[in-house]
Amino acid sequence: MAKRFDVRRQNGFVSLAILCFFLLYLPIATLVVYAFNDNDSLAIWKGFSLRWFHVAWNNGLVIESSIRSFQIAAVAALLATISATMAALATTRTKPYRGLTFKYAFINQPLMVPEIVTAVALLIVFSRIKIWTGYSGLGYLIAAHTAFCVPFAYLPIRARLESMDLALETAAADLYATKWKTFRHVTLPLLWPGILAGLMLAFVVSLDDVVITEFVKSGGQDTLPTYMLGQIRRGVTREINAISTAFLVLSIGIVTAFFFVSRKRT
Amino acid sequence: MTAMRPAVEAKGVTRVFRGTGQDSVRALDNVSVAIRENEFFTLLGPSGCGKTTLLRLIAGFDFPTDGEILLYGQDIAPLPPFKRPVNTVFQSYALFPHMTVADNIGFGLKMLGRPKVEIEARVDAMLKLVHMQELKNRRTSQISGGQQQRVALARALAPQPKVLLLDEPLSALDYKLRKEMQIELKRLQHETGITFIFVTHDQEEALTMSDRIAVMSSGNILQVGTPWDVYDHPAERFVADFIGETNFLTGTVENAGNGQAQVALRSGAKICATAAVDFRAGSNATLMVRPEHAKLVKGRGDLSGTIENIVYFGTDTHIHVRLDEGDVFMVRQQNSRSAGCGFENGTRVGISIGDDAAQLLKD
Repeated sequence: MAKRFDVRRQNGFVSLAILCFFLLYLPIATLVVYAFNDNDSLAIWKGFSLRWFHVAWNNGLVIESSIRSFQIAAVAALLATISATMAALATTRTKPYRGLTFKYAFINQPLMVPEIVTAVALLIVFSRIKIWTGYSGLGYLIAAHTAFCVPFAYLPIRARLESMDLALETAAADLYATKWKTFRHVTLPLLWPGILAGLMLAFVVSLDDVVITEFVKSGGQDTLPTYMLGQIRRGVTREINAISTAFLVLSIGIVTAFFFVSRKRT
Repeated sequence: MTAMRPAVEAKGVTRVFRGTGQDSVRALDNVSVAIRENEFFTLLGPSGCGKTTLLRLIAGFDFPTDGEILLYGQDIAPLPPFKRPVNTVFQSYALFPHMTVADNIGFGLKMLGRPKVEIEARVDAMLKLVHMQELKNRRTSQISGGQQQRVALARALAPQPKVLLLDEPLSALDYKLRKEMQIELKRLQHETGITFIFVTHDQEEALTMSDRIAVMSSGNILQVGTPWDVYDHPAERFVADFIGETNFLTGTVENAGNGQAQVALRSGAKICATAAVDFRAGSNATLMVRPEHAKLVKGRGDLSGTIENIVYFGTDTHIHVRLDEGDVFMVRQQNSRSAGCGFENGTRVGISIGDDAAQLLKD
């Protein structure tokens, strides 16, 4: 038998892998380390301190934009997950037909269209609506975030549905469950891990968005990422490092929580 | 056993699956059958014969293109599955993986809105019926295949359906467990008094378990009868071929009448046979003889030939004889401990066929 090709046995595999991880994580590690630096300067380490976290915590604008980020992400992720669940049910609980692939593409459109194009398009449309209606609240940001969060919620839910045995729903119907009861007692409980994964993914993606938010937001509607972008224009301070670190810890927390939730369910 | 009205009756049921373009498939073609109350009824046939389609129509997972399905005289063909007092044991069991064994068994009653006390009592009774009391609170992923089978049975029996449908439920089990479950199923049917409709492609399973069997092929029911009927008096060649092992001989009918006929084979040998339908003298016909109904003799028999192959099976020995006609004829001979089969490869033998051993069949 011929020797199988194994990428792990190639010369230099280990060193290349280490280099890649180094390039990926070194900048983040630097950012995190310097968040604890007790010095105004960028490059000189003076000593460990939580001073910059303290500064950020007492900065009203940081807190305000953080709260706004969470509000938008919570509402948008929820709406996106509900739509994505419905879309996933509609596209999997059916025999394949002409145009189904087109529908997949249509639902996942936000993943393919460059974000800047969506941002500019939304800016033009929303500014018109703003003039017509006079409304300039958070609704625009929530609508935009919901739209681009749908595919992120859709993909894990659809994957879960596709791996589900269809006979289970047939069995429920055989045992006197109406369509609604079948959904409530069989489909939904089995779908939960997928829905939770979709929800958390959508939440993190919304929390993180800069480009679309920057274009769509009205005055005084900074989210945490756009606030940070604005700050950096005026020169980088250690405060940004501190905020980023807190943000990072939060994201890791959410992803880890999801991992445990989904593992327990399956 | 008088004036029994059928539990389930199919009347002129047709199911056509529309394919892309012109290739639509007629899975059932004008099928009519009546299944009696308290009967263990089996739909037997090769894959693609329409047996599962008929079962799905009775369960309500599919709807007939044409015809009626009556449950105690009432047409249920348009009803959705959750409105039919009929439950199914699925081939894959389809147990709910997010529920315990007890919750699975109680699911049907819960959906019917029965009070909790009643559900609990019924679940306990069902667990006892299938000998699963200790595993009540287990998840269905934590029990073996045979145990899952029992839970699936208990779940389908718990709502006390008028008819229980079983879709090849034993096919995933190994041989020994399957034999065990066959006896178990018969016991359950006896104890519950529920009409069982059982789908299988395994003819041995059908013969050992059924009160009556419907043999199906390409969307039609060819014969309905007791295991003895379909084995010993098959209506046509397909049935004889599908159920058990059979020798077929072709010949010309010489004189026929009164359900009897004499057939002349090409070699000139004449054989007496029973005939299921009337045959005209002079017509060609197929003759069947079961291997265990023929006997090898050292001298002259009804047929003669040369032994080609001897296969030992433990309980019996199969002896393949090349007839002078040219066909191969198999004789099954019961084994004994003290002596061999008494014949050797290459020797010339006669085959004697008893008076009622041969039957004429339509092709």
